[in-house]
Amino acid sequence: MKLHNIAINNLRRRKAKMVFLVSGLMIGVAAIVALITTIRILSEDIAHKMDEFGANIVITPKSEGLSLNYGGINLGGVSFDLREISESDLDKIETIKNAANVRIISPKVFGIFEHQGQKALALGVDFPAELSLKRWWKITGEKPSGIGQIVVGHEAAERFQLKPGSQVRILDKDFQVSGVLESTGSQDDQLFFMPLTVAQKLFDKEGKIAMAEVAALCHNCPIGEIVTQISEKIPAAKVTALQQVVASRMDALHNFQKFSLMVAALILLVGSMVVFVTMMGSVNERTREIGIFSAIGFRKSHIMKIILLEALIVSVASGVIGYLVGIGATRVAMPFFTEHVSHFSLDPLVAVGAVFLAIVIGLTASLYPATAASKMDPSEALRTL
Amino acid sequence: MSYIQAVNVVKEFGTGDSRVTAVRGIDLSIGQAEFISIMGESGAGKSTFLSMLGGLLQPTSGRILIGDVDIYGLKSDKRADFRREFMGFIFQSFQLVPYLNVLENVQLPLAVTHHTEKQKRELAVSALERVGLQDKALRLPNQLSGGEQERVAIARAVVNEPPILFADEPTGNLDSRNSNEVMNLLKRLNSEGQTIIMVTHSRANSSFAHRTVEVSDGQLSATSEAASQFTVSRQAAGAGA
Repeated sequence: MKLHNIAINNLRRRKAKMVFLVSGLMIGVAAIVALITTIRILSEDIAHKMDEFGANIVITPKSEGLSLNYGGINLGGVSFDLREISESDLDKIETIKNAANVRIISPKVFGIFEHQGQKALALGVDFPAELSLKRWWKITGEKPSGIGQIVVGHEAAERFQLKPGSQVRILDKDFQVSGVLESTGSQDDQLFFMPLTVAQKLFDKEGKIAMAEVAALCHNCPIGEIVTQISEKIPAAKVTALQQVVASRMDALHNFQKFSLMVAALILLVGSMVVFVTMMGSVNERTREIGIFSAIGFRKSHIMKIILLEALIVSVASGVIGYLVGIGATRVAMPFFTEHVSHFSLDPLVAVGAVFLAIVIGLTASLYPATAASKMDPSEALRTL
Repeated sequence: MSYIQAVNVVKEFGTGDSRVTAVRGIDLSIGQAEFISIMGESGAGKSTFLSMLGGLLQPTSGRILIGDVDIYGLKSDKRADFRREFMGFIFQSFQLVPYLNVLENVQLPLAVTHHTEKQKRELAVSALERVGLQDKALRLPNQLSGGEQERVAIARAVVNEPPILFADEPTGNLDSRNSNEVMNLLKRLNSEGQTIIMVTHSRANSSFAHRTVEVSDGQLSATSEAASQFTVSRQAAGAGA
């Protein structure tokens, strides 16, 4: 017979109380686990979705001059130093430390040509990457499926009266317009989009690119580090982060996390109160028993140990069950929030955290009841002596 | 020679106008291996006095000496240790812990001692044998009769062989047959050398004691002594020592 036997026997033989106590704390832990797991999955989902809305890093050749261009308006005066970077350099991006965060690399090459007596700009793109990067594009007609097909921007199509199926001659080569972009409000409206390899050959820029747009998943990575890593790998390139895009994405995520933390803190508080009230009730209910312990020679610390041991056992059980229930609830509920349930995985850190949290809450909430129990006047507690 | 000594013990409850004096300056000396009975009307202050003798309730003034130790001069934890080593308590209504079986209840005072688990078990079994309940060791208190529960309470009180036993109305919830059994058991323990201080309403129970003191309105009002029994018991204790 040791003190822990008393604690264990009390819990074992008072099953209803044990179940009630475990349930009270378990619900709190489960709610927090569910919330944290949901936050993590939704944050990843949000980050994933937000990253679908365009590039956040631009790679261009290094230039000595300044481009006098603002908001798409060229102010002239300084010649644009149109250098190129090697297409093979882009492969080096896959070797950077944060390569896993790089989702899309869309290389581009420019070429100027004349059509119907007017100059126009052709943009060679890797269509699968470009379409993946620009999810907002809406194409009237078909997406290009062969090397002889191009997509024309809304304004360019209007100016040259082109529509899906029209034929266009660019530098003595005939192309079929497979689709026309609906107005995007960007420079894309004025461009002719053609396959990258075709453009490189047509404008004599094989193996070279003028720029590349990169979409990096930056939920858990500092975009600045990725920029530095790419710059180190491609010294000839100027790598720029679109800070505004990045900042707005991170702000949205942080706001979501702040809100979730507030909800978690509230649940934590309610959980603590449940444990406190239950433990206090348990101590009051056991007044006589505590009086006996005291009378037969248990020290205050012995009585505290019994109460805190019970709290510890309840807390560990609540933590483990709460974690499993929380994960289960998230698993059941997640398909209603996102289609990215494949991201779902058991996080050992959350498991350890849940048990640790339950122990901290359980012991903290039981500290006052345990102290109150240890300070009970034995004769008062027994009321018979 | 006094083994337990109450010196002008006073106990007051409450403050100001609501102050009540439960014990008004009791002086009492109890010898080693003496069996003393404290009687009195309800509310006379006998249980309060017993609590103070047992180190459970701090007197407002006065001293309780056990041997040469002023028990209220000890700090709370030391007093708990003292109770564990030198005192056993038999409470009214048995006061067994409902979720512990008989053996565990008896072992309770040993839970914080340095005995090995084997020693604790042997001591508990031995105590149960003394009260004749060794065959009910694994039962829960609610599976026992009132008399059996009281005997478990006695086994718990004597398991660590304390020299002093305090009993508060030990037969208060028992019928006459069980009462008699319990009183004979206390008598036997006393004859083995234990000092017993018992609070009771019953004259019949009181007759088992060497000496009866009556408490009235917080004061000792009368003392009656069964000298022959006391002498025999003390001689037996002395022979055993």
